[in-house]
Amino acid sequence: MTIFTRRQLIGSAAIGAGSLLTGCDALTRSPAVQDILASAETANFTVQRALGDRMELASEYRAADLSPVFRANGTRDPGTADYKTSAAQGFADWQLRLTGLFLRPQSFSLAALQSLPQRTQITRHDCVEGWSAIGQWTGVPLKILLDIAQLHASARFLVFHCADRLGGRPYYESIDLLDGFHPQTILAHQLNGEPLPVANGAPLRLRVERQLGYKHAKYVTGVQAVASLAGIGEGKGGYWQDVANYEWYAGI
Amino acid sequence: MQKQALISSQSRHRPTTRIWHGINALCLLVLLMSGLTIFNAHPRLYWGEYGANNDHAWMAVGSSDRIGYLRLGELRVETTGVLGNWQDSEGRTQTWAFPGWATIPSYYSLADGRRWHFFFAWIFSLGLALFMIRSLWNRHIQQDLRMRREEWRPSNIWRSIRDHSRISVIRQSADRPYNIVQKLTYIAVIFILLPLMIVTGLTMSPAMDANWPFLTELFGGRQSARSVHFIAAFLLVLFFVIHMLMVLLSGPLRQTRAMITGGRGREGGK
Repeated sequence: MTIFTRRQLIGSAAIGAGSLLTGCDALTRSPAVQDILASAETANFTVQRALGDRMELASEYRAADLSPVFRANGTRDPGTADYKTSAAQGFADWQLRLTGLFLRPQSFSLAALQSLPQRTQITRHDCVEGWSAIGQWTGVPLKILLDIAQLHASARFLVFHCADRLGGRPYYESIDLLDGFHPQTILAHQLNGEPLPVANGAPLRLRVERQLGYKHAKYVTGVQAVASLAGIGEGKGGYWQDVANYEWYAGI
Repeated sequence: MQKQALISSQSRHRPTTRIWHGINALCLLVLLMSGLTIFNAHPRLYWGEYGANNDHAWMAVGSSDRIGYLRLGELRVETTGVLGNWQDSEGRTQTWAFPGWATIPSYYSLADGRRWHFFFAWIFSLGLALFMIRSLWNRHIQQDLRMRREEWRPSNIWRSIRDHSRISVIRQSADRPYNIVQKLTYIAVIFILLPLMIVTGLTMSPAMDANWPFLTELFGGRQSARSVHFIAAFLLVLFFVIHMLMVLLSGPLRQTRAMITGGRGREGGK
């Protein structure tokens, strides 16, 4: 039988811990390991969708529950010449373009969107980083726009194109039709009863309340209906998914 | 009666206990270290439903003027070198809360940390559920962790606590039925702390908030659940440290062998 001295044991434990870390980093960089780890996303998606009645509402709160300050994250100002020009005139020229697999593709001005039926909801915004803020959002339910423009039968996803760029790439996000038709999925133009501040996505941002903050595209300029996400960006369905392994399904 | 339970099972640890122990140890290690990566993305804890940078955090790790600090309520402790301000393996100063040697991956990547965390969360949760069911079914829990009325006497509990500081008693404990402190600890870990990690983890999920809103109410808000998740993880680390200490003091080779091969029951040691 081998006799270990205490020092040898402690020494090998330290080497073990060190190689565990190096090993984990090497594993993290391996595409095959990433595929295995990412299978948890499929499990999360399948189980979380199966647990509710699929149209379950996210919790709504009272005005007394609002965060004193609603934190802004990601792009705080798109800063482009076009955006500045538009902001200077109160986004009067802003157009939301519905493109792709719609039977009646069309554009809406901000005023046209505001003349449609509106929904106001006080919800909790959960960032992937861990913080939460409660805010009151007013906007047009996406379902109303989808009903007007009428999806082609082959449409499976809705891609949100944005006016901001991060690291030189345009920001975009996508959701499936279940979230697209969800009653709390709105294109919001107001936060806490005021026009949406620039830092929070003026003049139009997506609210998709059962998912994490990065899904809530800001500065939305277009909704594209597609059959597959393959041809958009790098094909993973969103800016953060393309650049950094974030999951397309952000329900957890 | 208690000794009989160990004799009848023939080995110190049953196969399901040993298999689960190994899988669970690996899962908890990965979950802890990938969890610290996730914590690094926002190293502040709050009570209530919401909480972000402008709100009061009861716990925060940060760095200012090259000094790392941990703040608990009003108490501020300098932690330079360990938390908030530390040198990575290449000698560069980093200001993430937890240092690279404690996180998976060792560099900051929230997306990769989340992937490790959720993958092992599934194995951990399914493993725990199967172990609970199997251990109730094969009567491991009822036989080895059941507490009798006489064990609850304060004098017995006190003696058991004192015994944990006596090396001679700890040395003999490897072959004995579990004492009251061990039973309470194992029950608290298996039936309270570990399930609490899963439930508070689920509470942080916005989709689960829609599916099961009672989760958020149970903990008084998402940020409270996040705080409880962190505190419970800390308690598990504390359990691990004492657990390791007791194994080292009671005969590490024999104990480790028993947890791998099963060991022998009553006649296992001298």
